[in-house]
Amino acid sequence: MESFLNMLGQIGAGSLVTIKLFMVTLLFALPLGLAMAFCRVSSYRVVNGIANTYIWVLRGTPLMLQILFVYYGLPMIFPKLGEPGILPGFTAAALAFSLNYAAYFAEIFRGGIQSISKGQYEGAKVLGLTYPQTMRRIILPQVVKRVLPPLTNEVITLVKDTALVYVVAINDLLRVATNIVSRDFIIVPFLVAAVFYLVMTSVLTFLLQRLEKRYAVYDD
Amino acid sequence: MPCTMINARDLHKAFAKVEVLKGVFLQVTQGEVVAVIGPSGSGKSTLLRCLNHLETIDRGTIDIEGETLVATDETGVARYVKEADVRRICRKMGMVFQHFNLFSHLTVMQNIIEAPMIVKKMKKSEIMPRAEALLHKVGLWAKRDDYPSRLSGGQKQRVAIARALAMEPEIMLFDEPTSALDPELTGEVLRTIRALAEEHMTMVVVTHEMSFARDVANRVVFMDGGEIIEEGTPSTFFSSPKEDRTRAFLGI
Repeated sequence: MESFLNMLGQIGAGSLVTIKLFMVTLLFALPLGLAMAFCRVSSYRVVNGIANTYIWVLRGTPLMLQILFVYYGLPMIFPKLGEPGILPGFTAAALAFSLNYAAYFAEIFRGGIQSISKGQYEGAKVLGLTYPQTMRRIILPQVVKRVLPPLTNEVITLVKDTALVYVVAINDLLRVATNIVSRDFIIVPFLVAAVFYLVMTSVLTFLLQRLEKRYAVYDD
Repeated sequence: MPCTMINARDLHKAFAKVEVLKGVFLQVTQGEVVAVIGPSGSGKSTLLRCLNHLETIDRGTIDIEGETLVATDETGVARYVKEADVRRICRKMGMVFQHFNLFSHLTVMQNIIEAPMIVKKMKKSEIMPRAEALLHKVGLWAKRDDYPSRLSGGQKQRVAIARALAMEPEIMLFDEPTSALDPELTGEVLRTIRALAEEHMTMVVVTHEMSFARDVANRVVFMDGGEIIEEGTPSTFFSSPKEDRTRAFLGI
C-alpha cells in the first residue's frame, strides 16, 4: 500500500511536468499560430511566403525530430547555447512544441478566418469600422466558434504528444512510469499513467465542450 | 437650391478586363430617391458599390456632398483621398445589402449599437434611445434580443436598415434589398424604405421591383452593358421610354 502511494506520488510529480509543458506550449503556440494565420491570409507576398514555408516545414517533419534538433542541433549552430544550463531539456522541448503546434493552430485559424463570408467584412466596412476593428469585434469572435471543435482535437493530441519528451530526458508522466516499470517489474504504473492521461484529456474535453455550448447560442 | 449629395462622373471599372462600368455619370440631389434598374450584369450593383468604396474605380470622379472621394489625374489614374478621409466620407452613406450581412454573433440590438459604439465612440447610454426608436420604427422591438439566425429574411433586412440608420447617414444605398426575399416578405421591407423616402432621406436603390421604382422613386435610371441608357421621372420613363433597349427591358 505504502509503495503504491509512493508510486502515485512519483507519477503525480511526473504529470505536473507534463501539465507544465502543456500549458507553456499553449501559451506560446496559440498567439504564434494566430499571427501565422494572419500572415497566411495576408496579401503581402513576402509575409505570405514566410508563413507558408514555416507551416510547410513544421508540419512536414516529425515533432520528435524537431525536439532533437532544438536540443542537440541548436547548440551546435549557436555554441553559446551548448553551455550547461542555458538550454535545458524542458526549455528545448517547450520551444519545439510551441513552434510545432503553432503551425497546426495557424492552419486551423486560417481555415476559420477564411470561412467567414465576405459579407461580414463589407457589413463592417460600410458602417465605418477599420480593418483591425472588424477583425477584433466582428471576425475573430465568429472564428472562435468555428475553430473550437478542431482546436479541441489538437489540444487533446498535445496532451498525449508531451510523452515524446522522454528523448531529452525529462521526467514527465510517461517517463516516470516507465522507470518504475523497469525497476520493479510491475505493469501497474502504466495503468496509473493511462488513468492520469485520461483524467487530463477528460477535463480538457469537458471544459472545451462547455465553451462550445456557450457559443451555441447563435447559428451562423 | 437643394445641394448635390452624390456627383459621380465618367466612372470606369473593369474586373479582369471585363468592363463593368463604361463611363457612368450619376448625380443625386438632397432628398432625391433614385431607382437604378436594369438586367443582371448591367453594372448597377457595381455602380452602387463604387460610390461607397466597396469597389475601387479605375477612372472617373466621385464627390460626396461636395467632398472629393476620388479624382482622376492627367495620366488617367484614379486617385483616392487618404484612407481616413475615405472612411469619413463613406460614413455619410449607409448601405443595405441583398444578403443583409448582419453580424451573426450579435443580437439584433447589438448589431445596431455596435458601430456607433466602436466607430463613433458613443456610450451605450447615448446610443440606446436612438437604437430603441429605430427598432420600434422598423417594427422589431420584440426581437431585440434575438440572434439574426432566428429572424425571417424580411426581419433581417429591416434590422439591416435600422443598423445603417443608427450611424445617422445622410445618404442610403440599397443594393437589391428585396432580391433575396420570398415574395410575401418584400412588402414589409419596401414599406420601410418608402417610409424613409417620406422623411426625404436621400436614397439610391438598385432594384428589380418595378412597382416600387414607379411609386417611390423621383427618378429612374436604366442601365445596360455598363452604361446608363436612359433616365427620367417614373411617369415618363415607364409610360414613354425613348430607347429601344429600355422598351425591350420593360417589355413594351
